[in-house]
Amino acid sequence: MARIALSNLAHSYRAKPRSEADYAVQRMDHVWEDGGAYALLGPSGCGKTTLLNIVSGLLRPSRGRVLFDDRDVTDLSPRERNIAQVFQFPVIYDTMTVYDNLAFPLRNRGVDEADVRARVHEIAETLDLVPDLRRRARGLGADAKQKISLGRGLVRSDVAAILFDEPLTVIDPQVKFQLRRKLKQIHERFRITLVYVTHDQNEALTFADQVVVMYEGRVVQLGTPQQLFEDPEHSFVGYFIGSPGMNFLPCALDGEAAIVEGFRVPLAAGLAARARAGGGTLMLGIRPEFLKLAPESTRGGVPVAVAAVEDLGNYKMVTVRLGARELRAKLAEDQHVPAERAIAVFPPARTKLYADDRRVA
Amino acid sequence: MNKTEDNRAWLLILPVFLVVAFSAVIPLMTVVNYSVQDIFGPGERLFVGSEWFEEVLGDSRLHDALLRQLLFSGLVLIIEIPLGVLIALAMPRRGWTISLVLVLLALPLLVPWNVIGTMWIIFTRPDIGLLGLAINGLGVDFDHTASPLDAWITVMLMEVWHWTPLVVLLAYAGLRAIPDAYYQAARIDGATAWAVFRYIQLPKMRGVLTIAVLLRFMDSFMIYAEPFVLTGGGPGNATTFPSIYLVKVALGQFDLGPAAALSLIYFLIVLLFSWLFYQALQNVAAGDKR
Amino acid sequence: MRIRKSSIGLIAYLALLLLPIYWMLNMSLRTNADILDVFALYPTDPTFDNYIMIFTDPSWYSGYINSFIYVSINTVISLVTALPAAYAFSRYRFIGDKHMFFWLLTNRMAPPAVFALPFFQLYSTFGLIDTHIAVAIAHTLFNVPLAVWILEGFMSGVPREIDETAYIDGYSFPRFFLRVFLPLIRSGIGVTAFFCFMFSWVELLLARTLTTTVAKPIAATMTRTVSASGLDWGLLAAAGILTIVPGALVIYFVRNYLAKGFALGRV
Repeated sequence: MARIALSNLAHSYRAKPRSEADYAVQRMDHVWEDGGAYALLGPSGCGKTTLLNIVSGLLRPSRGRVLFDDRDVTDLSPRERNIAQVFQFPVIYDTMTVYDNLAFPLRNRGVDEADVRARVHEIAETLDLVPDLRRRARGLGADAKQKISLGRGLVRSDVAAILFDEPLTVIDPQVKFQLRRKLKQIHERFRITLVYVTHDQNEALTFADQVVVMYEGRVVQLGTPQQLFEDPEHSFVGYFIGSPGMNFLPCALDGEAAIVEGFRVPLAAGLAARARAGGGTLMLGIRPEFLKLAPESTRGGVPVAVAAVEDLGNYKMVTVRLGARELRAKLAEDQHVPAERAIAVFPPARTKLYADDRRVA
Repeated sequence: MNKTEDNRAWLLILPVFLVVAFSAVIPLMTVVNYSVQDIFGPGERLFVGSEWFEEVLGDSRLHDALLRQLLFSGLVLIIEIPLGVLIALAMPRRGWTISLVLVLLALPLLVPWNVIGTMWIIFTRPDIGLLGLAINGLGVDFDHTASPLDAWITVMLMEVWHWTPLVVLLAYAGLRAIPDAYYQAARIDGATAWAVFRYIQLPKMRGVLTIAVLLRFMDSFMIYAEPFVLTGGGPGNATTFPSIYLVKVALGQFDLGPAAALSLIYFLIVLLFSWLFYQALQNVAAGDKR
Repeated sequence: MRIRKSSIGLIAYLALLLLPIYWMLNMSLRTNADILDVFALYPTDPTFDNYIMIFTDPSWYSGYINSFIYVSINTVISLVTALPAAYAFSRYRFIGDKHMFFWLLTNRMAPPAVFALPFFQLYSTFGLIDTHIAVAIAHTLFNVPLAVWILEGFMSGVPREIDETAYIDGYSFPRFFLRVFLPLIRSGIGVTAFFCFMFSWVELLLARTLTTTVAKPIAATMTRTVSASGLDWGLLAAAGILTIVPGALVIYFVRNYLAKGFALGRV
């Protein structure tokens, strides 16, 4: 169990990086608390696998340091850091039995056979692998193999953290859900620091206590799924989380309100002033879940044209047009939607302002 | 691997089957035809059934050649396979040196086989050849035209020089096909270099090594040009392998009948031994699957 | 670059490998009289006559071109037909699959000497004598089985889960095969391409039997170096050196395929 801290960390795959674009991981300081379950979420190429490999020790960062419980481990190998990693496709030792696979890391450290036995059985039980212990690992399905990979990490009682690199990629969809549940169980039981890399927000949001969102080599937000949903720090978080993602409209400021396509949208107290002070290109953001639609006759709000209504079972997805822009609103299934024109109401508490993609606090 | 049962897969095989069968079936049938006839001249043939086969099979010189061949092929495998794997393990995986090493490795394979024999004649001559001079200079009396042992050593040396790169290239390609994640997992598990070889590299190279073993076995069994050019099959019969014997008989007699019979027997012998080898390798593979 | 024991071994091995090649180069730059007369580590009186002879005599350099043409055709045919077949052997069970697989290999076991005549008869029936395509097809007899065997080996190393994941992700079979599967067996394709080239390039008997003038390969021309005065050592050596060049280029071009192996991109 360890608290993982990244200090002044940056990494470039090039020998002589010249600009920001050459860096896979931009300069960052970051902490993962001991025993937490974290998801590292982001699109392909955002640097999350690079970051994971830096934490595990498979990659040496070109700048900065990695600390486990305040101990500098930057120069240590993965084995010395006591890290475990589960890869995208099952990595097992084909010629060994499941038992030998699980025992391998312990035997390499010279652990007593009796202790090995006890530990392997304990982990096998947790992972429901006991009936397969004597079988050759290569004959098992992908999900069992991933469990074995996981088991090799768990089998070391002093493992600092377990890192997952999109481990469910080759797993059958029906089985994915079982494995995810198993991972949560493991976390609850052993309280090991877990870092789970994925590009699937559903996986991230269901698995993790806290989600780290990465974009173009930077950590743009760390928070609980709830925080990411309600308070996206970066426009990318707003866009990536939620289905569909946040609505964004370029805007200007006028007094305490924003001006969108010529219409006034009231903002929370003081927000406009702070935005003015900070400067930058402004965007208004609101989640479809919070955007309200009222009949045309309502006073206030912003007039929009109703473009499409999709009935999706227990909710409705309405697309409205404001000038050349499109907005989506998620409404309750029984809510009435005006046929052609409506008024869009932006509750100030839910309306966010973004300057140069960063949320104005 | 769980294979799906589907006879439509034959469609994928069809091009290969047609292309190979075109060149395989009719010539084979023609040879079979010749082998059961006594051909005096164009249009004058006599069916003699299995007469040629009996004559050939009873030939003790063929038996001797066969024994020599088994020894030769055995030695080839014992030397080339481990050596090839070791070299492949030592080869670079990154950088410009890869291109250099690959090109150098390929060179022996690209020289036409009769040229190889010819070059090695001069190379091993004690008066004007580099190798010959060096060995005799060390005080060893080396002459492959006189001593059967020296002839064998020279032929083996030439063969290993020529063909080990094939094993190296196959083994290297097999090694490169192992995903990095396996090596990473091994580092995380704290495995030694030996454990990495034994549990990751060797098992994953099994397919490639099977091909290498079978290929070298078969090809060494059929070796002709290099030893023939170098020693002519001598001194005496010391390096007369079945293929060399076959050509001597066929050309010497200039009789299609016995030559065809001999070819077929030879083919069947190669087939038999290769099949036995193949079954053995399959059993080893199956044993590991259990 | 760390100097490890294995690097030293590798360098030693490569040096030994190069010795006969160097020797051949040495011989190619000397006259026959010189070669047979005295031992010399390097040519004291180098002459380019042998090379000049090859470059100026049309029967020599056309030999190179001919060889290159039919070998290239053969490599392409072999690879293109072998890839789907290897995939079938790797992923499917069907009637006669094991027998078919072994039968392919048996085509490499026939001693060419006696088969040359029937070959000639067969190909002349189709009017294919002295064409490049004839030799290219004839060589598929031994190259296609090799290609299928090697490719099947590499394909079987790719776990089936990759295929299945691609289908779930909505890839059509051609797209999956070209964009996902083939890149994973790059090293197999590289090594197969080189071997097909190599075996076809050095094959003497069939190439000589099936051609007369137009498509005569370099190998056949080289047998002309035996004359009344004995073997033309220098000329043969020069031809040998020049024969290496195209193959060296081929392996240089496939080096990235060979050396890069398994590149698991995000499916």
